[in-house]
Amino acid sequence: MTDRYQTFTRTPLGQTLVKNLGLPDPTPLPRWTEGGPVIDGPVVFGAIAETDAGKAIQALLRDIGASFSTATEGIASSEIRPKALVFDATGATSTAELTSLQRFFSPVIRQLSPAGRVIVVGRTPELAQSPGQQIAQRALEGFTRSLGKEVKRGATVNLVYVAPDAHEQLDSTLRFFLSPKSAYVDGQVARIGTGPLVGNDPDRPLAGKVALVTGAARGIGAAIADTLARDGATVIGVDVPQNADALRKVISRIGGSELLLDVTAVDAAQRIAAHAQEQYGGLDIVVHNAGITRDKRLANMRTDAWDAVLDVNLRAPERITHHLLESQTLRDGGSIIGVASIAGIAGNDGQTNYATSKAGVIGLVQALAPKLAERQIRINAVAPGFIETEMTAKVPFTIREVGRRINSLQQGGLPIDVAETIAWFADPASAGVTGNVVRVCGQSMLGA
Amino acid sequence: MTETRRVAVVAGNRIPFARQDKTYRHASNSDMLTAALNGLVDRTGLGGQELGEVVAGAVLKHSRDWNMVREVVLGSKLAPTTPAYDIQQACGTGLEAAILVANKVALGQIDAGIAGGVDTASDAPIAVNDRLRTILLDLNRAKSFQDRLKVLARVRPKYVVPEIPRNSEPRTRKSMGDHAALTALEWGITRKAQDELAFRSHLNLAASYDRGFQQDLITPYLGLEKDQNLRPDTTPEKLARLKTVYGKGETATMTAGNSTPLTDGASAVLLATDEWAEQHGLRPLAYLTHSQTAAVDYVKGAEGLLMAPAYAVPRMLQRAGLALQDFDYYEIHEAFASQVLSTLKAWEDPIFCKERLGLDAPLGEIDRDKLNVNGGSLAAGHPFAATGGRIVAALAKQLDENGGGRGLISICAAGGQGVVAILEK
Repeated sequence: MTDRYQTFTRTPLGQTLVKNLGLPDPTPLPRWTEGGPVIDGPVVFGAIAETDAGKAIQALLRDIGASFSTATEGIASSEIRPKALVFDATGATSTAELTSLQRFFSPVIRQLSPAGRVIVVGRTPELAQSPGQQIAQRALEGFTRSLGKEVKRGATVNLVYVAPDAHEQLDSTLRFFLSPKSAYVDGQVARIGTGPLVGNDPDRPLAGKVALVTGAARGIGAAIADTLARDGATVIGVDVPQNADALRKVISRIGGSELLLDVTAVDAAQRIAAHAQEQYGGLDIVVHNAGITRDKRLANMRTDAWDAVLDVNLRAPERITHHLLESQTLRDGGSIIGVASIAGIAGNDGQTNYATSKAGVIGLVQALAPKLAERQIRINAVAPGFIETEMTAKVPFTIREVGRRINSLQQGGLPIDVAETIAWFADPASAGVTGNVVRVCGQSMLGA
Repeated sequence: MTETRRVAVVAGNRIPFARQDKTYRHASNSDMLTAALNGLVDRTGLGGQELGEVVAGAVLKHSRDWNMVREVVLGSKLAPTTPAYDIQQACGTGLEAAILVANKVALGQIDAGIAGGVDTASDAPIAVNDRLRTILLDLNRAKSFQDRLKVLARVRPKYVVPEIPRNSEPRTRKSMGDHAALTALEWGITRKAQDELAFRSHLNLAASYDRGFQQDLITPYLGLEKDQNLRPDTTPEKLARLKTVYGKGETATMTAGNSTPLTDGASAVLLATDEWAEQHGLRPLAYLTHSQTAAVDYVKGAEGLLMAPAYAVPRMLQRAGLALQDFDYYEIHEAFASQVLSTLKAWEDPIFCKERLGLDAPLGEIDRDKLNVNGGSLAAGHPFAATGGRIVAALAKQLDENGGGRGLISICAAGGQGVVAILEK
């Protein structure tokens, strides 16, 4: 699905019209390509105080070979165009220290290069040691969400809250938010807790892992399967027999195995578990991607449309998760990823069934995250916004155009954007990342 | 209520099955059923006799044939005082007819009866388009010339397109083959296994003709002496060369060779008490001892369209106190090779048996050498309602020839239904 408007804005005539009429000017977002650097430009680092988090951030920047400076003087007037601005605000213990946000960012923000990255790292407010600290930390969210709307040209702004003593867990998350892998994740908050240190190869973080992806034949599911395989995982692709041929194409491209079944079948969970046990001795990653829509206003909603959506989108993930955990098919240290939707957060006209199911997926994450901690199993969800797929291609033109533009990046995301976010959750190095619902929506205005 | 009586399968007869639009293209359902019935009457010497009941049916039926079986009886060699009625349960019609007759015999309501079935895919009913039909009915109701003109003005050229019956499910609009293809994928049934089963079907049917087994089960009709679909010289290699017709792309496995073709034909089976048989100088071939039907919810995709027999058989086995392995013969209707193989695989699968059938252990494997030993529908063809009678008669004869034993019959039907039964001697 090509965004014709965006293509037009890249032409000389398009540029003239866009500039003079004040039309949306979506910058093409670069995506990560295999072997590419985490970030391909200078990074400017700032902090309120010297902290463990700050040290961890600087260690990572050195690790990925980024050229970075800690001084902001001179940058404003120089030719240097930072690719990323990373600010450690974990040291803010009172609202007085919020001043430093403005002092750091105002002089340099204009210099941020196209598709640049702004990352603010804070302390998880609920875990603050004093009310003053909690207030200051909570305030950061307003800052990043507003800045996200101000930075243009494909740049993103995200906030990472890190729990006390969890600074060593920052690596995989910072790599994700710095890199083009997070191209369409904007205005989001990620929370990192403590967890075991996992020293895996960042180029193939999922090597040796077995991943289940439901709805893997097409669209976002196929991108997830491709991405997890790229990162080293062996993928079990699940889809309904109707999509057998498409699934075969995906699996023959990436290896792994295919499993044809309807996730709503009474024995779907048992079949998945048996297949995973027999073929691979278990599972490490479960991605509940299979989903359907049957849109109708509630007054006109038919029982079968309501039931089908809840069965596929919510009850099946719930039942499959339960069985995979109970049967110990999902190994300790594993990762469960749900696919919610911004409709599940903001609601949507004509989607009571869909939004109920997707909000339920968020409930699943919140209910299980604390319970699974003792087995070091993590559960998170992505909430995609407007993603260019066969499904959104069927949306009527006007609604589709609005859906594409009403976000900070003024364009739709790609299936790969959802897949990359899932790969970040799946990464064993993201051991401290659980209970998160991260939107992949370009900071959509819906439910923001 | 008194005790139930043992029901014997005394004799059976059919006409050879013909491929669609070939030898029987001008034969009607009534013609074919009459031929099958008269053949049975001739062979059993029942000419002019009154029987308890004749029950039969056709799946594709003209609306004028609303009382088809009674009309056939009136035109047959049986006494015109023999009552009759029509039934329809898709491909399960023939076996269901036998069960209905057997039940009345068992209860003492009748002593003997004939069950049968017939279908033509060639002389199919073609109806007027539904919108034209409404207009024609309105026309009939119109009182004045002006009203008639008004009604006629509603006719549009496209309304003249007739409605041709299609082999598809009304609720899913998918053909039976497309449904079966999904089930085949779900159960991972390979092309090779399907072709192998089709090959054995032809091999076994050809062998049964060679040894004269079909001699007293068939009455030649319109010059046809053997089933027209039978390919005695087919090989797995030949079958492997056929193009797939259901499913798509690389994952498609079903061909015209491992799916049953549309066919024309008829069959009839005589059921009676031991006593009645003896009085008429006839000998029981086997006894119809158990039967069961089941249906699945295929509409929402919870189960495959043709998987109902997988549910019906274990229920019947439980009532009969038998294991799946307690049989000498298995007659599983070969609607599609993949249907037979999916059913067998399901019975071997611990998850299916536990989660879907609610059993503690899987039903297990069967000895494939006991499966469809005299050929199946893939070779003989499958005139929908006539298949049940073909199977009941052939299995009864096989049990008799064997000097006793037990046989299982399993037939899948449109609408997600299954009809199964046990014959014993």
